[in-house]
Parts: sequence; structure tokens; C-alpha cells
Amino acid sequence: MQKYSGFGLLRHALTYHENWQRVWRNPKPKKKYDVIIVGGGGHGLATAYYLARVHNITNVAVVEKGYLGGGNTARNTTIVRSNYLWDEAALLYEHAMKLWEGLSQELNYNLMFSQRGVLNLGHTLQDMRDIHRRVSANRLNGIDSEALDARGVQEIVPILDCSASRRYPVLGASWQPRAGVARHDAVAWGFARAADAMGVDLLQQCEVTDILTEDGAAIGVETRQHGVIHGDRIGCVVAGNSGVLAKMAGFRLPIESHPLQALVSEPIRPLLDTVVMSNHVHGYISQSDKGDLVIGAGIDGYNGYGQRGSYPTVEHTLQAIVEMFPIFSRVRMNRQWGGIVDTCPDACPIISDTPVENLFFNCGWGTGGFKATPGSGHVFATTLATGQPHDLARPFSMFRFHNGALIDEHGAAGVAH
Amino acid sequence: MFYLFCPYCGEHREEEEFHPRGQAHLSRPEDPDGCTDEEWGDFIYFRTNPRGLHHEIWVHAVGCRKFFNVTRDTQSYEILETYRMGSAPRITDLNDKQQSREVQA
Repeated sequence: MQKYSGFGLLRHALTYHENWQRVWRNPKPKKKYDVIIVGGGGHGLATAYYLARVHNITNVAVVEKGYLGGGNTARNTTIVRSNYLWDEAALLYEHAMKLWEGLSQELNYNLMFSQRGVLNLGHTLQDMRDIHRRVSANRLNGIDSEALDARGVQEIVPILDCSASRRYPVLGASWQPRAGVARHDAVAWGFARAADAMGVDLLQQCEVTDILTEDGAAIGVETRQHGVIHGDRIGCVVAGNSGVLAKMAGFRLPIESHPLQALVSEPIRPLLDTVVMSNHVHGYISQSDKGDLVIGAGIDGYNGYGQRGSYPTVEHTLQAIVEMFPIFSRVRMNRQWGGIVDTCPDACPIISDTPVENLFFNCGWGTGGFKATPGSGHVFATTLATGQPHDLARPFSMFRFHNGALIDEHGAAGVAH
Repeated sequence: MFYLFCPYCGEHREEEEFHPRGQAHLSRPEDPDGCTDEEWGDFIYFRTNPRGLHHEIWVHAVGCRKFFNVTRDTQSYEILETYRMGSAPRITDLNDKQQSREVQA
């Protein structure tokens, strides 16, 4: 693997950048792999990377029906944070946060990880009680988290309207300074490049049409382009399409797929250097390095696989943003898009074995999977390498919906993000 | 913005008047006390979540406030039919053109 560096950039400039090595190979599929990962998004590629890196399993294929990182990895609003309420979720997301810190160096790929802090605003007394509770829970779990009053919020975001005359006045916020944003595509590309360098086969334009089973155990996948590919263990990391793959294997999941959309404005001067989220007014916003405002809010209520959002949701989203930031009322929106999120009844993921032996699912991240990308891949790699869940992933079995051990994170997951 | 035909009001109304309420035709277990945890879990949480034809419950939230069923394509978002609670869908297969012709007739 060619090492990226400032000096390398200079050297390639001398040859007009015409001699860069291809970032990954485009291999022919083998007949059989130790592990097949279905889904070449951030989580799937991270899984492949940690399988090779931590467990020395390199006979791995990542099977992707489109192109790498072309689904929700390309469509999210890039927020990374770990201030979740319950121990199980907080430890999992904090695990991911610790991997984020230093990941650019580890992958030798600039993820543009920027720890610019995230504010979760409170607008009612109950909001503030919930914020204090969550901040306390975070601190007990060793996660940096502070509760701020309205003045503290105003100091961090001068352009936020914190006046008492608003319909939903800002009473305070929780503040996680280590949280922030990362370049979404770069995460997928960085993991893909590093995994490829260790021998993982990245099979793009290869759509799984069936999961093959024998005596209740998965033995491989049928693909549209390359026929049957056998695998000892199969991990499905396909977000919105999880229900479709589960059906191929003959079971159902406690998951429903919804469109979640985001939009960006025209680029404007830098004036928002943190991430502001509000569950109550229901919207969130940050500003990218390019200058455009990155905005999102809730899912469309109906089930859908269409990868586009509805106009009423755009309107609600922008109403919320203008309520918080009247200064943005005349900013024009540039682009709008949708991704398909796999929402789980308790707003927590499923990292689990399934009724089919040797078949594992990592799904249900719903509206907030991007932040967990490295952590999700790291713990799922353990599941695929050993057949047993990582300690952090154990509470996230799909069978918690049978035994009742749900992890209700609707409060911390809050406004979709 | 799309329009949905409320089978009780007998009119097409704007999307904003309605709320989707999930998969239709789920029946509560007949013997609740005799159910295992698996059966309860399946009933409450597990869904078919199809890519394609789907039968859903919607509620005319700011209209007549009645619940009704919708048959919809979750890929193209085409609404194929709406029908009252307690009745069966007429369209059960996306590829069966005959069914949709009958509904339109």
C-alpha cells in the first residue's frame, strides 16, 4: 500500500498527479472464503478491516451490490458522539469514539475527524431534567459530558437565538466536547484501502440474491453477477435492506426501513463551528469545511426503500432550523437526498447471531449508525472471527426482543442524526 | 406531496392529513395467557418489512380520524389501493397487472 504523506503529495505534483496507485484492487471472486461480509458500507468495510487487523483473518470477501460506501455512508450528516444514556449503548458508542481518535493515523487516510463538540439543546424543564440525568450517566461511564445553562450555550454558539421570547426558548444543553464530525466517504475509503492492502477482496457490483443454507446453517451466497460464493461464516451489514436479506434466510427482524433525508445549503462563510441538535424543536445543523450548512431531522413515517425523502419533512426540518437560527432564514438550500435507515423498536442496534447457524447480522443502527462505524466493525469482527459476541456487543442480540431486555435509547438517539 | 384516498371520507386528501401506523393485518394472539415470550415478541416487534408490495395501516389523523388500510409499493411509493378496516386487500402481487386493472375499474 502506497503511504500517503505531505511529501508524497509534493512528489506526485511533479508528475501532474498521473501516477497515483489505485486505492484498491478489483479482484475476481474466489469460490470460497472464510468470511463473507454482505454490504460494502462503512460498517461492513470496518468489519473486514478489523477481521484482518485484529484477528488475522484475511480470506474475506466484502460483497457490495453497488459501489463502496454508496448507501447510508454517503448520505448521513457525519456526526460523531457517544453521550448515550444506558450503560450498554454508552460503552458501545464510546468504544467507537476511542477508535475514531487516532483512526486517521492508523489508516493513513485523512478522515477529517474534527472534534468540534456537540450541543443537545433543552427547551423545557423536562428536557433539562433529562439532560442532567444523561450527563450524570455519561460521567459515571467516563464520557466527557457537561450540562450548560442558556448563557453557556450562547457563549459557544453566538448566532443561536437564546432569547427568552422565542416560542421554544433555549434553557440549556448537554455538551460533549470530544464529539464532532468526520468526512463520511473517507471513512469507507480508508477502511476499504487498508482492508484491501491486507488481502480482503472487495467485490463491487455484486448483488446477493439468495443466502444458501444446508441443515439450518448458512453455507454461502448466490450472487447475480458471480454465481455462488461459499463462506464459512456470513455477516450481513446492509442497513435498510436487512429485512430483505433476513427474508432470503427465512426469518424476520424487529426492524422497519424508513427514508431519512438530509439537506445542505449553498456554501456560506464559516459561522458555525460546532454541531447543534434539538430533540424538542426537532432539527440539527452543522457547517461543513466547504461552508455549506448540513441539516437534518426526522425520518419519513412510512416504510420505504426509495432513497429519497418527502417534501413535508423538508419543510418541518427547515422550520426547526429557522426557529433556532433566525439568521439562516434566507439561506438557500442546495441539495437534498435520502437514505434508508433500519429502525429498531428500542433505537439500539442488533449485533447478533440469528436463527440460521453461521449467519450473523449487524443492523438496526437506524438513524445514528455513522458515529459507531469503527466500533461496530470492531465488535462485529469478533463475532465473525469467533462465533461469539464481543462483550460490548452481547446486550445487542436480536433475541432481546423475545426476553424483554430492551435498551431504550429513544431519548439519547433523539432527533434522527 | 402525495394524495391519499380516505375510504371513509371518500376523497383524496393531502399526505399531511395522515399518519402511517405500520404493518396491517396483524392479529392479536387469540390466547394471550398461553403465549410464550417468543410468540409475544414476534407479535409486538417482528415485522416483514418488505421491499415492494406492503399492506399498511394509516390513520386520517386530522380528518375523520379513522384507521384504514393501504396497499403500497415501498420501492416506488406508488399507492395501489386503500380499503377499510376488516376487509381484505384486492392487490396482493405487484406483478399481477390484472389485479390493479380490476381495482381501477
